[in-house]
Amino acid sequence: MGLERRLNVAKFPGVPRRTFLKVGAAGGGLLLGFSLSVRVSGAPTVGNATQEEFVPNGFVRIDREGRVTLVMPQVEMGQGTYTSMSMLIAEELEVSLDRVTLEAAPPDDRLYANSLIGAQVTGGSTSVRAMWKPLRHAGAAARIMLITAAARRWHVDPMSCLAESGEVIHPPTGRRLTYGALVDLAAGLPVPAEVPLKDPKNFKLIGTPAKRLDTPEKVNGKAQFGIDVSVPGMKIATVAACPVFGGNLARVDDSAALAIKGVRQVVRLDDAVAVVADHMWAALQGVAALDIDWDEGPHSKVSSADILRQMEIASQGPGVVARKEGDFTKAMVGAVHKVEAVYQAPFLAHATMEPMNCTVHVRADGCDVWVGNQIITRAQATAAEVTGLPLEKVQVHNHLLGGGFGRRLEVDGVTQAVRIAKQVDGPVKVVWTREEDIQHDAYRPYYYDRLAAGLDEKGLPVAWSDRITGSSVMARWFPPGFKDGLDPDAVEGAADPPYGLPNILVDYVRHEQAGVTTGWWRGVGSTHNIFMVESFIDELAVAAKRDPVEYRRALLGRASDAEAGLNPAATAAWSGPRPEPARVKAVLDLAAEKAGWGTPLAERHGRGVAVQYAFGTYLAQIAEVGVSKDGEVRVERVVCAVDCGMIVNPTRSRRKSRAGSFSA
Amino acid sequence: MVTLRVNGQEHQLDVPHDMPLLWVLRDIAGLTGTKFGCGVALCGACTVHLDGGAIRSCVTPVAVAVGRNVTTIEAIGETPTGRKVQQAWLDLEVVQCGYCQSGQIMSASALLASNSNPSDADIDAAMSGNICRCGTYQRIRAAIKQAAQTS
Repeated sequence: MGLERRLNVAKFPGVPRRTFLKVGAAGGGLLLGFSLSVRVSGAPTVGNATQEEFVPNGFVRIDREGRVTLVMPQVEMGQGTYTSMSMLIAEELEVSLDRVTLEAAPPDDRLYANSLIGAQVTGGSTSVRAMWKPLRHAGAAARIMLITAAARRWHVDPMSCLAESGEVIHPPTGRRLTYGALVDLAAGLPVPAEVPLKDPKNFKLIGTPAKRLDTPEKVNGKAQFGIDVSVPGMKIATVAACPVFGGNLARVDDSAALAIKGVRQVVRLDDAVAVVADHMWAALQGVAALDIDWDEGPHSKVSSADILRQMEIASQGPGVVARKEGDFTKAMVGAVHKVEAVYQAPFLAHATMEPMNCTVHVRADGCDVWVGNQIITRAQATAAEVTGLPLEKVQVHNHLLGGGFGRRLEVDGVTQAVRIAKQVDGPVKVVWTREEDIQHDAYRPYYYDRLAAGLDEKGLPVAWSDRITGSSVMARWFPPGFKDGLDPDAVEGAADPPYGLPNILVDYVRHEQAGVTTGWWRGVGSTHNIFMVESFIDELAVAAKRDPVEYRRALLGRASDAEAGLNPAATAAWSGPRPEPARVKAVLDLAAEKAGWGTPLAERHGRGVAVQYAFGTYLAQIAEVGVSKDGEVRVERVVCAVDCGMIVNPTRSRRKSRAGSFSA
Repeated sequence: MVTLRVNGQEHQLDVPHDMPLLWVLRDIAGLTGTKFGCGVALCGACTVHLDGGAIRSCVTPVAVAVGRNVTTIEAIGETPTGRKVQQAWLDLEVVQCGYCQSGQIMSASALLASNSNPSDADIDAAMSGNICRCGTYQRIRAAIKQAAQTS
């Protein structure tokens, strides 16, 4: 270990002072960052550099007392990211996790962009995959600078020093200096352009079951979620938005609301009314006392039945091809059995435990936003747009999220809160009721999917088709990701199943449901497509009179090329590589073994199986389910086998897989 | 004006008598560990103790709490049962997003204070009104059992 670190340092001296960003002594500390895209010759020195030219990142701050602050580019919404991100930095920085302080990053795509998405976003199961190298680089660069600083202080060769637990040590003489004692000297040193990272076999922290860093404050009530923000002089507001999407406020009589003690103001927006009060109770009573007439707009008569009927018509095509190999139609003609199914997935609200909220203070010279959000650069942008202020005058203070699930990849609540705050003198916290939260969500799309397969005499597919009909989240949320009429998210998990499926045709019909905004929702496209594909595989196994696990093994064992006929626009940057059937089979076999697949079960009990590949992770689940005589279904046991490659924190992976199995 | 005893401290508060205890705690007393989730006693995030029993503060008028002892997540660790429950939550790392966990801990503490050795059915009955969207239910049950076994 020591030798390796010494060698690492040996590669470092002499690197020109180029590819770093702000090495400033802000607050008497070392503010360190590095450049993701390493510049080569011609890059300006940091003194003259503009941020645009350097695309820097900043994750580590150490003060003179040796306090280590790690800046979290990804948000914590329960998935454990604050812990895994910290582990990546701390591993290379050589500090123990119990001595770090975490801070939410401010909005800055140039510093904190998630490399798989290209913006400062937490979503799409990308945090560890995107930050795996950049954060280790940040930690390693800091360590090398601190070692170099100590070596200079001692007039020794940096190669003879090593770092451990927040100290630099010179083993030949036994001298030690804490990081805090070295920050002033280190702050004046160049940041290495290329940083050698540890060989994984030398990891001390990565791969260990480190404790979550956010547990203590979530157990004693001190954790600060967005909704817990308190700012001096702050008022509390709650809203009634038009109950029909696209509708507007026609008239409101607020006299009864204003008569309620504690109600201070009623704010009118185009499509909502907000009651601003001293506390939430007065605001709630105020909203209840409003006499509102809505102009419900063009969607006032839309019903679920209308939406379903339109989807059924739209699903008859034509679709944009996501995958086409062989000749589905011709192969169907020769099939021994034919199986067809239509599956529908309903609109789903996110229902995060923490209702939507946002606190805003608009002033003539600036705007502060306190929120818990998965894409705070957009929060900043919308606040700037609504206020007319330049971007840099908008500060966004991000918080812990009481659930995200994709709901907080939207900034509709921020936009609304800033609009309200513009009319309020002083800061105002806007809190939605649960009813508003459910009624004004960006729902997971309604999907209407037609699947068909032809089977040979052994019951194996000779033809497979899957037509997915639904709205496109991508086209609204990230238009560049929607290419040639194809939404890669909408077909994720359907366009390239791990099975050998000859004569496959998968296509997509974009159908926007009138008046309903749809958004990312948990596992995004895969949550819907894996359910459809795996359910249909079960139907085929039944038609073939074959065991569902054995049937899947047979399909995995067939020669297939998951890329054959795949439209490049059907995959997104964050989708991960194409699935490897051998790894799918391995998780299936493990789950079947541990679940005792094929062993006898109690009366009125059964087992079901599903396999999944999404975002680079392989998973198989087997559920044991009992049905009571009066029809009550009870999940007795779920066995879940996961292969996600390198694991940063096995406790987190295990617990998230377990909890995810029970989450809806 | 009402006099409210919260976590052992008396507060003189100028609030309407029908104001739910949740908003008194959060917006007036500044005790934000107690969470708003639904406002209609369906999710359990707002659970606090009134004389040691679990109540949903979002539907409990503050007048009901006058003259009684209100305990919130901020002080539950000062009770022997609450301390054990918090320790079990730490040991088993129950939380994910954590938003529901104040309410979970308050419900679990009230359960154990009245039933030191709850069965699975007792736990289900006491905890079924506390929703966790992350799905940490198995760990909640395990933590309650661990706390029960801690002398």
